[in-house]
Amino acid sequence: MNIGIEQGMLLAALLFLTGLMGLLVRRDVIFMLISVEIMLNAAGLAFIVAGSAWKQADGQVMFLFILTMAATEVAVGLALIIQLFMKLKSVDTNKANTMKG
Amino acid sequence: MKELLWLIVALPFAGSLILVITGKGLSRFTCVLIGVGSVSLAAILTMFVGVDYLNANPTGTPYIETLWQWMNVGGLSPDIAFHLDTVSLCFIFVVTFVGALIHLYSAQFMWKEEGLRRFFIYMNLFVGFMLTLVLADNMLLLYLGWEGVGLCSYLLIGFWYKDPANGYAARKAFIVTRIGDLGLTIGLFVLFINFHTLNIQAILTAAPGKWPLGSGMALVTALLLLSGALGKSAQLPLQTWLPDAMAGPSPVSALIHSATMVTAGVYLIARTHVLFELAPVAQATITIVGAATLLVAGLAALNQHDIKRVLAYSTISQIGYMFLALGVGAWSAAIFHFMIHAFFKALLFLGAGIVIWVLDEEHNMFKMGGLWKKLPVTFWTFLIGAASLSALPLITAGFYSKDKILWLSYASDKGSVWLWLAALAGAFLTALYAFRMVFLTFFGDAKKTPSQKPGLLMTIPLLALAVLSLIGGFIELPADMGHFTPFSDFIEKTLPVTLMGTTGHYTEFAFQLVSAIIAISGMIAAYVYYFNKPFPAAEPKRNSIQQFFYLGWDFDLLYSTIIVQPIVFLSAIDKNDFIDKCYNGLASLAILINKILSATQNGMVRRYAVVLAIGAIITLTIILYL
Repeated sequence: MNIGIEQGMLLAALLFLTGLMGLLVRRDVIFMLISVEIMLNAAGLAFIVAGSAWKQADGQVMFLFILTMAATEVAVGLALIIQLFMKLKSVDTNKANTMKG
Repeated sequence: MKELLWLIVALPFAGSLILVITGKGLSRFTCVLIGVGSVSLAAILTMFVGVDYLNANPTGTPYIETLWQWMNVGGLSPDIAFHLDTVSLCFIFVVTFVGALIHLYSAQFMWKEEGLRRFFIYMNLFVGFMLTLVLADNMLLLYLGWEGVGLCSYLLIGFWYKDPANGYAARKAFIVTRIGDLGLTIGLFVLFINFHTLNIQAILTAAPGKWPLGSGMALVTALLLLSGALGKSAQLPLQTWLPDAMAGPSPVSALIHSATMVTAGVYLIARTHVLFELAPVAQATITIVGAATLLVAGLAALNQHDIKRVLAYSTISQIGYMFLALGVGAWSAAIFHFMIHAFFKALLFLGAGIVIWVLDEEHNMFKMGGLWKKLPVTFWTFLIGAASLSALPLITAGFYSKDKILWLSYASDKGSVWLWLAALAGAFLTALYAFRMVFLTFFGDAKKTPSQKPGLLMTIPLLALAVLSLIGGFIELPADMGHFTPFSDFIEKTLPVTLMGTTGHYTEFAFQLVSAIIAISGMIAAYVYYFNKPFPAAEPKRNSIQQFFYLGWDFDLLYSTIIVQPIVFLSAIDKNDFIDKCYNGLASLAILINKILSATQNGMVRRYAVVLAIGAIITLTIILYL
């Protein structure tokens, strides 16, 4: 079965929006991190779809980059979350508003 | 050797600069070494340069050392150039030698101070600017030195800046002298417009050809220069800052507010004497100001209880004598009195500094007393200084310098018997307040015991200055006492000879006798009224006249009423005029924008994400559809 570029891109866009909505509505910083991961994967999916549509390997190469970057981002993000939790005893981002002007 | 003239000026500046850039890492000893060393080296160098100059130019032709061109704009091309002639040689001699002695004294006096390094930075900077002032070859460089010494004076009066009163005194000194400086600045403009140069010698050469005797322009220029001199030298009507300047440490008072900076006005007038000779009215003004100031300040000095304020008023009064001498055309007499005054007044201030130092910051003479046994060196040197100030006949230098002014105020072609009487009354007051100060401070019952002893570093400068205050007068003896006049011969290589009136020399002895009697009777009066009298150890009660004199003739009240308060009132009612509205509006706008922008910084990371997302959508829309 062949999947056209439109369906693939639509799926990527839906995934990206899901992630963005999650990022915007959740207050829990862990869920926000997961949402960011979803958005990254949506971008990765868009690259794969575009790569297969144009019969180019570049899309898959880019996806590998995104994968690596996502791994490091999770490592850094989790470390920051632990720090945040140790400071605030909570993972609620609305409580981390001490930098307000 | 005289090519090293620039080094005399550069050394104090270098000392100051080294202390600034090396920062706080230096030990106190190194700070003192650099601070005292730079000025002492300058003093030694002055000696060599002076001897070499006198050997090379026995007729007194000036030696000019041009270092580089300062600027060249619109026909104004002043050089950084030094002009050495007999007058500036005399001034740099006093500045460096008295300066070095006072620096040596301060090494011990200021040793325990927190701001020791800062003190020496300012002091070295002051000496550098003062040397620039007296050596300047053009008016602009002179003005640089002039403002530089004003700045150092401000910094040093407010040296103990933690007390707001000292800051007030510093600002007062700066602002009051600035009123005079405004006139000086305009004077420079007038000079430049008329002569298209600011080179002093060029102006002095061209002036008699351009302006006839008594011309209006000469008068205006001379009066403008005079206003600068009045501010700097604390003469009527701008004398009010000097008594308050005593808020600074005693060595500062000795160096800046008596020996050197305040005589800059005398130097300026002597340097530009041609302009004043072209404007007899301006020169008469100097005479009247000098005579009035010496009386006003003498009476004020007599009613002070703070030992340093006595000396401050005494300085104003003695500079009044110098102005009187300048006014009657006795140029060399004014310079002579400047030099001798620098010796004995620095000595008196340093002595007073020791007294204040050993009595733990006690300034009130009525709370001192009985110190002559406990501080023998200070007492004897202070006594010599006071005797020299009161012109004790024959043995002190002050007699020869002041007697010359007294005699010439009558006998010169511009002199008159009234000037002589004013100067004579001033001489009586001087002797009276000088010995009142000695008797109150050193005799009578001891009301306080000294807490420390002055060391060698403090007594050596006293002894050196005491010797100079005694023998300094023998380089200029009156016509009827040997007629030995190397000093005036020396100065008159640069400045004109005093023109004598019709009176012959035969009466000079009678005048000397009168002034000697007046000086001694002043001392006797002080002895009768103040020697070993049981004064209460507090401020004495003053009647209204004494209170009036105590406040320096209430000039502060007068100026506050007629100048300061109206200006404060006007600025208060004029606070919201159109111009201010513009500026206030700008400020309000900035505050408003600040409030809006700071409201966006709410610290909510999700809001930031929303803004990012909206921004991204808008950007993409613009890129895709527009």
